[in-house]
This record gives sequence, structure tokens and C-alpha cells, in this order.
Amino acid sequence: MASPSLDVLLKGNSSRNVRGLLRIIILCTIAAAAVSSRLFSVIRFESIIHEFDPWFNFRATKYLVQHGFYKFWDWFDDRTWHPLGRVTGGTLYPGLMVTSGVIYHVLRFLTIPVDIRNICVLLAPGFSGLTALAMYLLTNEMSSSPSAGLLAAVFMGITPGYISRSVAGSYDNEAIAIFLLVFTFYLWIKAVKNGSIMWGTLAALFYGYMVSAWGGYVFITNLIPLHVFVLLCMGRYTSRVYISYTTWYALGTLASMQIPFVGFLPIRNSDHMSALGVFGLLQLVAFADFVRGFVPGKQFQKLLTAMILIVFGFALLGLVLLTVSGVIAPWSGRFYSLWDTGYAKVHIPIIASVSEHQPTAWPAFFFDLNFLIWLFPAGVYLCFRQLKDEHVFVVIYAVLSSYFAGVMVRLMLTLTPVVCVAAALAVSHILDTYLVASKPSEASETKPTADNNQSGLRSTRNPVVGVYSYLSKFFISAMMIVYLLLFVSHCTWVTSNAYSSPSVVLASRMPDGSQHIIDDYREAYYWLRQNTPANAKIMSWWDYGYQIGGMADRPTLVDNNTWNNTHIATVGKAMSSREEVSYPILRQHDVDYVLVVFGGLLGYSGDDINKFLWMVRIAEGIWPDEVKERDYFTARGEYRVDDEATPTMRNSLMYKMSYYNFNSLFGGGQAVDRVRGARLPAEGPQLTTVEEAFTSENWIIRIYKVKDLDNFGRDHSSAVAFDKGHKKKRATKKKGPRVLRTE
Amino acid sequence: MPRRNTPTPSSPSPASPAAPIAASSPSTSTTSPSAPLSSGPTTLKANSSPVEIAQHVWHQYLASTPQRTLLLDAFMFFLVLVGGVQFVYCVLAGNYPFNAFLSGFSAAVGQFVLTASLRMQTSAETKDSKPNSKGKNVKLVAAEEGETPISHERAFADYIFGSLILHFFCINFIN
Repeated sequence: MASPSLDVLLKGNSSRNVRGLLRIIILCTIAAAAVSSRLFSVIRFESIIHEFDPWFNFRATKYLVQHGFYKFWDWFDDRTWHPLGRVTGGTLYPGLMVTSGVIYHVLRFLTIPVDIRNICVLLAPGFSGLTALAMYLLTNEMSSSPSAGLLAAVFMGITPGYISRSVAGSYDNEAIAIFLLVFTFYLWIKAVKNGSIMWGTLAALFYGYMVSAWGGYVFITNLIPLHVFVLLCMGRYTSRVYISYTTWYALGTLASMQIPFVGFLPIRNSDHMSALGVFGLLQLVAFADFVRGFVPGKQFQKLLTAMILIVFGFALLGLVLLTVSGVIAPWSGRFYSLWDTGYAKVHIPIIASVSEHQPTAWPAFFFDLNFLIWLFPAGVYLCFRQLKDEHVFVVIYAVLSSYFAGVMVRLMLTLTPVVCVAAALAVSHILDTYLVASKPSEASETKPTADNNQSGLRSTRNPVVGVYSYLSKFFISAMMIVYLLLFVSHCTWVTSNAYSSPSVVLASRMPDGSQHIIDDYREAYYWLRQNTPANAKIMSWWDYGYQIGGMADRPTLVDNNTWNNTHIATVGKAMSSREEVSYPILRQHDVDYVLVVFGGLLGYSGDDINKFLWMVRIAEGIWPDEVKERDYFTARGEYRVDDEATPTMRNSLMYKMSYYNFNSLFGGGQAVDRVRGARLPAEGPQLTTVEEAFTSENWIIRIYKVKDLDNFGRDHSSAVAFDKGHKKKRATKKKGPRVLRTE
Repeated sequence: MPRRNTPTPSSPSPASPAAPIAASSPSTSTTSPSAPLSSGPTTLKANSSPVEIAQHVWHQYLASTPQRTLLLDAFMFFLVLVGGVQFVYCVLAGNYPFNAFLSGFSAAVGQFVLTASLRMQTSAETKDSKPNSKGKNVKLVAAEEGETPISHERAFADYIFGSLILHFFCINFIN
């Protein structure tokens, strides 16, 4: 193969050490770069947990650290999903929390007192450094060129597709899962190459760790069997494949069943059946191979293929039968939505309502991967040219994950590693070809022999035909270097601008260019924490459940776990119905406060009115005759909040709570909703069953207290009417016109 | 092509199963060495009864397997038996302690698989010299395996390592 530039410069035995040292230094630098590019958010804002899910992970980690492992394992959380509660210990992937708990205790043991919050914030960057190293190892298995691994490590370290889920503070399962994914693949490739039980066992162990960390382990569960299956179909069965796969499967399945949340899924769920099927198939193939040692003849090949087909057909039939008869759980909804992108929207609105489950937009690929995305096919092509077992793996991985990444935005994450591998192969191939300073003398020697053999295969067998002109060498290398530089600057730009916002704290620019921090969320959550009783139940849309639990420490009705669709639909119904309908629901669920997010004043588009249709849809899924999505649209099918809004819309609790008193901000003028660009009706909505308790500085969060039952047994609307009729003066005196608070 | 090198176990086989017993042996035995087409051997096998082939395989196996490998095979057979008994019990008597059944069953399966792997590694000399199907690929494989053959001690250490982890998981899972 092509001799890399370093070998030319540093030949000889002693220089091997130099090269090794250089490689280690480069890897350390890459890891450092990977870590430091993820620290934008800490520097810009502060060391804070981001977004939604991380808040739950953080809360669970705190519980783990305080109460110990066994308590954590048996944790029944009665402060979420009121009044149901949640068996938290059995319904989460504990890998992330346990990892940070272990780090915490180790640091404690070394007498380095670190706050658990800082560990949680910095866990993702730390693991991304490790991911870069794992990537180096993985790519080194693919290519003989030493530069490929280093390039892959660089790509993996800074590519935005991965950074998007692993900036400092995004303390989510993916933070460690991608490292585990890459490392498990590395160990698997190692196992297939060496055919040793040890590598297979290690792969199984890391697979088990991966299972404990992320639901995306199903990807590995299906990819590895597929790899083996393709190898079998290509007639590449060897004892190495048998040893590595069966060891991995037997141990890995057991390991995965140790996690309570996964439990018996690996033998019950159809998602895992392909692994089992390939396991059985491999046993048959191994036996057939064993018998072949004693039976001569070429017909065995035929026999073998026939047997594979028959057994596979039978297994598929059995699988279908078992699924139909209900022994094996049917495919999970998320799985269906992978094949039919419209499925979720029709059947499971709760899945479709999550923005990261939407199909990926085309620009996102370039945005997240930059020039890697067009090098990706070239790298896959290079894999085809060699096509050893490990290259087959890359090809399969590439095909599968590019499909999945197209279906769900979130799965861009699984595409990123293979893109990095393939692109690194391509780039290193280019660089190895063009960065050689000496003229290719050996190329002229090998040419005639290659010509003699088969001229058609010359290009495949001897890729370095030789580039003689310095000009073209210089031109191509300069071009690649420019691309690489552009990539780095693109990554840095994307990271700092798109992916480093905590979304708990918003940043905006003042007219003079200085940064202005909008901290409404925390303001409101701390208000809840300090002004409400510790057992006050807060109702909000499920997006904010984890944050309320984590920051305000108050029980919530629903949260981001979304395990109970009916309960969420109840909340959706309460939000989208008239007050008279909502109030009994609120009373029945002991709700003390209702929290809504409103961006109309600030132009913050992620507010509840924009999510409102999902609430309606989810509620409609359970109560189709009480909540109808059509009623919230105008006759012309528009979703409006202004004068033309439908009565159903205007009477819904969510609408009223969002725009309550909004008029008074604008003095005499007409209120304007800046998100939807709509002029609101002159007459603001009236609330009778809830009363305003708190509104944050920029009105992003509004909290309402649910009124108690009336003392005289009247219903609330008549009580309010009575109050207004007789005490109008006092009411206006007490409540002057609201003004926007300024600091 | 694979027909080129014929290792010791397979060399006597074309003649021995067919010649003494099967009625159509003279004609087929003459065709098989001279014209090794795929159709020729198939008819040979098809004509001789499957029981005959199985018996032949069994004798061949007993004759050519070393003592240590036989021991491993006996162990594997025992494991199959244990797994089968557990499975039958599960089907007949219900799967009430499902964890216990699963861990017992998968301990048997896992140990079987590990033993099979060990067997493959330790008896690799006879197995790997045997020709594989695709010519181009086999060369690659053979080259790789020629570089790093796994020593028996290493294989056994791996086996112990894998078994330890397997049984750790099983005991943890049994409740």
C-alpha cells in the first residue's frame, strides 16, 4: 500500500518510538480539542444542566449519590406522575447515573471534593474525548494507513453531529452511549478479526454497558447479527465468526437482561429476534461445516445454501406466527415509525410530537457533517475495494444508518461515527497518494507485471499508480488542507452558535450588542420552590416535567418520561377544554398550580401555544368526541389566536392562561403576539377557576393557582360575576395596570 | 478451487461409503474422481441412504478425533442434554421462576457455545487446513490466520475468562 508521509520522513527502527510518541501526543491533543470545543456553553453561560431530559438524569444521579445504589435500584418516585408515581429504578437506563456516581466516589476517595453537578456537566465532554480515542482504534482496524485513524479521531472529536448531543451540560444518555457504541464496534471488529473468546467477551461486556446506558442499543443488537448474516451469505463463514458472534450473543444477551428496564425483552421482543435467529443459524452452519469435514464433495455448498434458506424461511415463519399469536411482543411503535414515517403521526401522536423524532431535513446533513458528508460515499467505495470482513461491517453500517438518519433527526447521532470512519478513509487515501514527496519509482516496476496479469484489475490491485507532477500533488494537497481548515472553522462556528445554548437560559443581544441573559425559567422555578408548599402539585405540559422536578423540586403530573399516554392526554384535555370541564379534572388530580409557557411578549417561539395542537391531538386520541382538532382551526383551516380564533380556541384553558391580562401590558393599544404576529382581541380572556400567581420577568412562564371550592358552594363563574358586580372598585384599585417590569 | 487439497479425513470418504453397500456404486465411483462436477457427487449421496452417510460420518468422527477433543464433545453433549431437560421442563411444568429458568438455560447454552469455540480453536489445525468455499477470500483468511494462530493456552485462558463472566451474569440473574 501507499507508504505514508511519516514513514518516508522517519524510517528505521528507532524512529518507530518517535512515531508512537507523536501519535500519542496527537491523540491527546485531539481529545483535548474535543473536550474544549464543548465548553462554549460553560464559558458563555455557566456550569448548568441543559434542556429537559438531563434534568431528570441529574436528579436521579443526586438520588443515587445520596441514597446509595440499592436504594436507587428500588426507587419508587412519588413526586412525578402524581397520583400514579413512577417505578423509576426499574424504568430507566442506569448506566449514565452509575457512571457519574462512580466517578464521584472515586474522586471523593482521592480526596478531590467535586460537586456532583460539575461531574454531570462535564461528563459528556470527557466522554467525547474517549470517543475520539475509540474512533482512532476502530478506524485503525479498517485501514493500514496510520493517518486514517488519526483523521477519524479528529473528525469524531469536532463534528457537529456529535457535538449537538454532547456539549458540556447536556447530561443525557447519548453522552456516554456514543462512546460505548463506537467502542463496542471496535471490540466486535477485533473479535471477528482474531476469533478469540476474549474479544468477544469484552464486546459483550461493553454491549451490556451500552444496554444499561441507552435505548439505542437495539441498533447494535441488529447491526452485528446483520453483519454476520451478510458474511454467511457471502460464503465467508469461518470459525472466527462463530466464536466471536456466539460468545458475544450468549454473554451480551445475558448482560442486557440484567437491566430491569430491559428485562426479558431480548427474548420476547421482535426487535431482538434477528440476533437470536442468526445465533441459531450460526449453530446450524457450524454444525454443517463440522460435518463437511467428513463428507466430501462440492454438493455440500449447494446443500448448505439450501439449508440456510430453508431454516431462515422457517424462522421467519415461526417469528411471524409467534408475533401474531402474541407470544412475542409486537414491534414497538418507535420501530414502526422507523419504516413508515407517517405511522407515528397517525397512531402515536406522543412520539410524533417530539421534535427530534421528525424526519431529517436535507440541510441538516451538511450542517452537522460538513464536507464529511460528500466524502462519505467515497469512503464506502474504498471499503468496497478491499472488502474484508471489517469493511463489510462498515458498508452495512453505512447503509443502515444513513437510512435511519434520514428518518429521524435524532439518529443522525448513529450515522456520525460511520461517516467519520468513511471520510477518514477517503481523506487518508487522498493524502497518502498526494503527499508523497518522492517520485513513485516502484510504480513503474509494478506496472508491467500488473499489465501482464489482468489489465482490468490493475486499478483495484495497485491503487497507487503514481503521481509524477509536483503541481498536481501540491494542488490536491492544498485543496484538501483548505477543506480541512474550512471543516474546523465550520465546526467551531456551528458549535458556538447552534449547539451551545442551554435552553434553560436564553441569550439575546441588546441593541448595543451586549449580551442579555433571559432567565425566566429559573426565576419561575425558584419562585415555585420558595413560595409553594413542598407538596404542591404542578400541572404543566410534559416538556417541563423534568425541569420542574429538578429545579423546583415539586411533584408534577406528567413529565418527559411519557410512559402513560392516558395521563398525558388527561393533561392535554385539561389544557384544551373550557374551564368548566377543566376544573373538575384539576380538582381530581389535586393540582395546586398550573404552569404555562408563553412567548408572545418576547417572541420566544417554543411556547405552549405553538405546542398546543399536540396537546389537542393527544387528548383527541383518548377522548375523540370531547376534544376535536378541527374545532381549533378557523373555517379556512388556519390556526389563529387573534379576533378570528374559534370559540373553542378562545375558551380553552391554555389560551386563556396564556393571554390573561396580556392587554394591560399595552396600555390602551392593541396587544400583539410577537411569536405569531397576531393582534389580539381587544377584550382579554377572563379566568374564573384559576388565579394568576406569578408571571416571570419576560412573561415566558406564567403560573396560576387553582382556586379552592367556593365557600358558599357556588360555581366559580357565578362567584366571580358576583365579586365583579359588587366590588369592582376595590378590585381595580388593588390591581393597577400591569407594566413590564424593568430592572 | 476447493477440490485441490483433500485433507486426511475426507480422502477415503468418496470410496468407502458408496463402494461396499450401495448398488449403484460402480458407475458413480468411476464418475466422481474423473469428472468432479457438482451433479456427480450429488447423485452419489442421493443414492446412498442418509443413514449410511450418517453412520459413515460417525465412524469417521470417532476415528479421527483426538482424545481431548472427544472429552470436550462429551461435555458439549452433556450441556445440550441439560439445556434440553430444562427446556422440556419449562414447556411441561410452566415457567414460573422465569428468571431461574432463563439463567439456567442460558448458562447451558452459553457454556455450550464457549466450549464449541474452545474446540474450534484447539482443533484448529485440522479444521483450518480444510478448504473453504471462495477462493480469493480464503487466501486472505489463511494469510491472516497464518500470522496469528491462537495458542492452546491462550484459547483456554479466554475460555476461562468467558465462562467466569457468563456464570457471574447467570448467578446475578437467577434471583
